[in-house]
Amino acid sequence: MTARVGVVTFPGTLDDRDTQRAVRIAGLEAVPLWHRDKDLKQVDAVVLPGGFSYGDYLRAGAISRFSPVMETVIEQAKAGMPVLGICNGFQVLTETHLLPGAMLRNNHLHFICRDQKLRVENAATAWTADYEAGQEISIPLKNIDGRYVADERTLDELEAEGRVAFRYLDGNPNGSLRDIAGITNAAGNVVGLMPHPEHAVEPLVGTGRTDGLGFFTSILKKLVSAS
Amino acid sequence: MARVVVDVMLKPEILDPQGQAVQRALPRLGFEGIADVRQGKRFELEVEGPVDDAALARIHEMAETFLANTVIEDFTVRVDS
Repeated sequence: MTARVGVVTFPGTLDDRDTQRAVRIAGLEAVPLWHRDKDLKQVDAVVLPGGFSYGDYLRAGAISRFSPVMETVIEQAKAGMPVLGICNGFQVLTETHLLPGAMLRNNHLHFICRDQKLRVENAATAWTADYEAGQEISIPLKNIDGRYVADERTLDELEAEGRVAFRYLDGNPNGSLRDIAGITNAAGNVVGLMPHPEHAVEPLVGTGRTDGLGFFTSILKKLVSAS
Repeated sequence: MARVVVDVMLKPEILDPQGQAVQRALPRLGFEGIADVRQGKRFELEVEGPVDDAALARIHEMAETFLANTVIEDFTVRVDS
């Protein structure tokens, strides 16, 4: 038996199909979820994929955050269901305040699309258990609103509690404070990051590496061992 | 119909690269003497019915939960007469 991972599609989502594919490659069942549907179809975890939901109108993630599907996702995330937000999905998670801080325009104002080296700082979350703390991975980064900001107190708290999950290596691509590429909530079930693990799961495409696959195998192990 | 204006600005401590880009372009265009530019958003709300304390309280709530992200932005609400 395997576990069911929901992948949400908002109007303007781009990476839902790649994310579904990554979920399947890891051995999980991918369940498409629609933004207007509150029903999560009994999934065990949810991924909010990348793109430009609602055209990024107002702020990236600001309108998606109030969609019917997110009502249930927020409720379930608070009850412990694993949720991963990638890129636009990370922006949605900060807008919901499930994760602290906010995402702003890159400090150089350019859209970035490149392979990005990261260090996995926290390998104890639901989505990172298949990595080792300190492991360096390379996965694609592609965004214009990728600058992570939070007040100093929040940043200090994140650092002290080990909640900086990923940090940029070899140069900060967007002005994110303390080189933060991704963070986790205190319980470790909600994780968000700007780079795209779902684009690095097969050797033939993307980076030519499979450094992103660990996100999906991590959640597989967690869900299957829990059932 | 009465108009209520909500202005949303990045908090002073938040870097505004768009405002900086505008400021840097000014001398090139012949506009001298502008030391700093910060860019924000303005929402004009056409309100049905009276703009009383209750209506303004609801607009304040709207600005706080939706129009602005108070993690990074401040906002003001005023009636446009």
